[in-house]
Amino acid sequence: MIDLFLYLLIAMSFLCFYRVVFGPTMADRMVAIDIFGILVVGICVILAIRTGRMFLIDIAIAWIILSFIGTITLAKYLTGKKLDE
Amino acid sequence: MNSISMIFITIGVIFDLFGCIGLIRLPDVYNRLQSATKSVTLGTCSILFGFFLRNGFGSSGLKALIAIPLLFFASTVAAHALIRGSYKFGIKLYDKTVVDHYKDAQK
Amino acid sequence: MRYVVLFIIMMLLWLAFTWNLQTPNLIVGGVASLLTAVLFGRSFLRNTVKFFQPQRYFWIIIYLFVFIWECLKANFDVAYRVLNPAMPIKPGIVKVKSTLKTDIGRTFLANSITMTPGTITVDVIEDDFYIHWIYVSSEDPKVYSRKILGRFEKYLKRIFE
Repeated sequence: MIDLFLYLLIAMSFLCFYRVVFGPTMADRMVAIDIFGILVVGICVILAIRTGRMFLIDIAIAWIILSFIGTITLAKYLTGKKLDE
Repeated sequence: MNSISMIFITIGVIFDLFGCIGLIRLPDVYNRLQSATKSVTLGTCSILFGFFLRNGFGSSGLKALIAIPLLFFASTVAAHALIRGSYKFGIKLYDKTVVDHYKDAQK
Repeated sequence: MRYVVLFIIMMLLWLAFTWNLQTPNLIVGGVASLLTAVLFGRSFLRNTVKFFQPQRYFWIIIYLFVFIWECLKANFDVAYRVLNPAMPIKPGIVKVKSTLKTDIGRTFLANSITMTPGTITVDVIEDDFYIHWIYVSSEDPKVYSRKILGRFEKYLKRIFE
């Protein structure tokens, strides 16, 4: 059952990659990368249950913060400002 | 307790799936963000809550519980930033859009 | 005062993350929380008296249940729109006036709106919230203001003001 969920989540990441590769505009690609970041958190938690190694939860928390900072930086670039304003 | 946590994880994975189908099917950036933020965030929060139920009040279970509000605020603020950025960048709204009051606020 | 409150919150968060009470861990957490409080204390809440009024916590718990219920409804709504072959969407950006006065109240209102049925806050200018809505059901400002804000505003007014 847990294995099935793992494969499903990985298949969903490939759906996100479809949007990254074929997205008509730049913003579409950013949305897909943002979603991919959240899906990785889910994959980390499922892996933690599957293998029993609890440090994967720490990785999930660090990934949430890193993907947030990346998305905010790219969104600021979209609005046309420099990064230090 | 294990079966209840399994139910939560199943619900979470199903909502994640709906969000990704929305990401493929919906027509423009703004509508894609709608499906993405809501379904995928709630799905992942549900997976984390299932993990908390499985491990209880220990070191790892509590970390999963703290990660829920963290993920929630991170994804909502990222959605605001992305939708505002793509409007300022000049990406067109979908053809069937009914009203656009935000255009008047732009000087 | 607000520096002390921020320090206590950060310390509790650190203890919940690491989950042990040995002396080295306490020292590291104390130094990190002190640094955070000194560097970011000036952008924390101005009025910290609100932290010590217990009725606000009661309303937070009630608000949490209302919010989770709305959140679930939002998800079924979006799932229905995504899976329906005809895709019944009618998007638009509407302007809504809010009566909340404090910054933190507005922040929480904007975040709550983002997580409820088919609405995302695009921008907040003074009192006006610009909201992207996936299905604009009516064009009358009174009707859609009540539909979008009415569920949250009265609870948030009790919590933050």
